[in-house]
Amino acid sequence: MEDPDAAELTGPVFGVTDVSPLDADLTRRHLAEPLGERITVEGRVLDRDGRPVRGQLVEVWQANAAGRYRHQGDGHPAPLDPNFTGAGRCLTDDEGYYRFTTIKPGAYPWRNHVNAWRPAHIHFSVFGRAFAQRLVTQMYFPNDPLLPYDPVLNSVTDERARARLVAAYDHDLSVPEWSLGYRWDITLDGPAATWTEHGR
Amino acid sequence: MKPTPSQTIGPFYGYALPFAGGGDIRGGDIRGGDIRGGDIARGGITVHGHVYDGAGAPVSDALLEFWQADPSGGLRGAPGTLRRDPVTGAIIGRDGVAFTGFGRTPTDADGHWTLRTHTPGNGYISVCLFARGLLHHLYTRVYLGAEPSGPLADALTPERRRALAAVEEREGVYRFDIHMQGEKETVFLDFA
Ligand SMILES: [Fe+3]
Repeated sequence: MEDPDAAELTGPVFGVTDVSPLDADLTRRHLAEPLGERITVEGRVLDRDGRPVRGQLVEVWQANAAGRYRHQGDGHPAPLDPNFTGAGRCLTDDEGYYRFTTIKPGAYPWRNHVNAWRPAHIHFSVFGRAFAQRLVTQMYFPNDPLLPYDPVLNSVTDERARARLVAAYDHDLSVPEWSLGYRWDITLDGPAATWTEHGR
Repeated sequence: MKPTPSQTIGPFYGYALPFAGGGDIRGGDIRGGDIRGGDIARGGITVHGHVYDGAGAPVSDALLEFWQADPSGGLRGAPGTLRRDPVTGAIIGRDGVAFTGFGRTPTDADGHWTLRTHTPGNGYISVCLFARGLLHHLYTRVYLGAEPSGPLADALTPERRRALAAVEEREGVYRFDIHMQGEKETVFLDFA
């Protein structure tokens, strides 16, 4: 079925008033530096044709270096870090680039089954040019020994698609005496003017 | 290029994504549009409901996002949904002049959500639902007329079409419950 006027082919717009410059640096939100390995995560948001998605909102959230979220529901007995909240946002630039400074999150247990551990990951929320391009996903770190054991990552059944959720260590992105660099590009699906009723 | 796969929003997004005033799209430019009751004398409308799982239990950690046309049917939107206080960096929200068209609200402990907005000129509000039990978010629409019309509504059976219509509980207050699965499953849309 087709509807070129569908509202979902357009989407919310964001601008400079929607982010503050500090939002993209998760290590500068408190009085002192958070514990952990400082990292820079950078990448491009592209559409399926490889065109940059410009000026759109990218939001991230993550556990601290000990694997604990600043959330009442997180019962993992690992320490909270008074200098780390773990939430950030930025707008993509004219070439579609986003960039965050943060610390590498820790793995954490989640009681899904016996000895269930989530590999280190950063949650991402991304807007495209259309509401139908909305994406919420998770970024993983290369060579993490927990990746094969994680049912969340393995909910993506195609191996090549799973690989697209794993960032690459990028030595050129590492800042001397400061942080290690990880590169992770995001490709948004759609939008298409055709739709189907879900599951039918 | 191959798309990046979706992953569950998980249980811990609550300190990152929701923000004060996220469910209040009102305020802003409401010119145009032949809106019923002058869009309830310009105070706008309230749309609310529960999110239920397949067993009929309320979902207390779902996140809903809304995208809609302004009262004249325009889908341009505007920046400023997350506008900041320049001193503290806290989100102070929309400026009351521009109609941003975007809202976001989590469900409460009872699985309930509330949206305050203006009547969209095209007749419906687009909804995107996230929950920890979903690998991929779900899209639906809230139609505000008694009988949804348009390409989507016309393609549905009368029963499914009516399921997309919010129930007007009293003037300007609409109810729209979302059933993630089961017998009463909401009409969800795949855009592919
Ligand atoms: Fe997580």
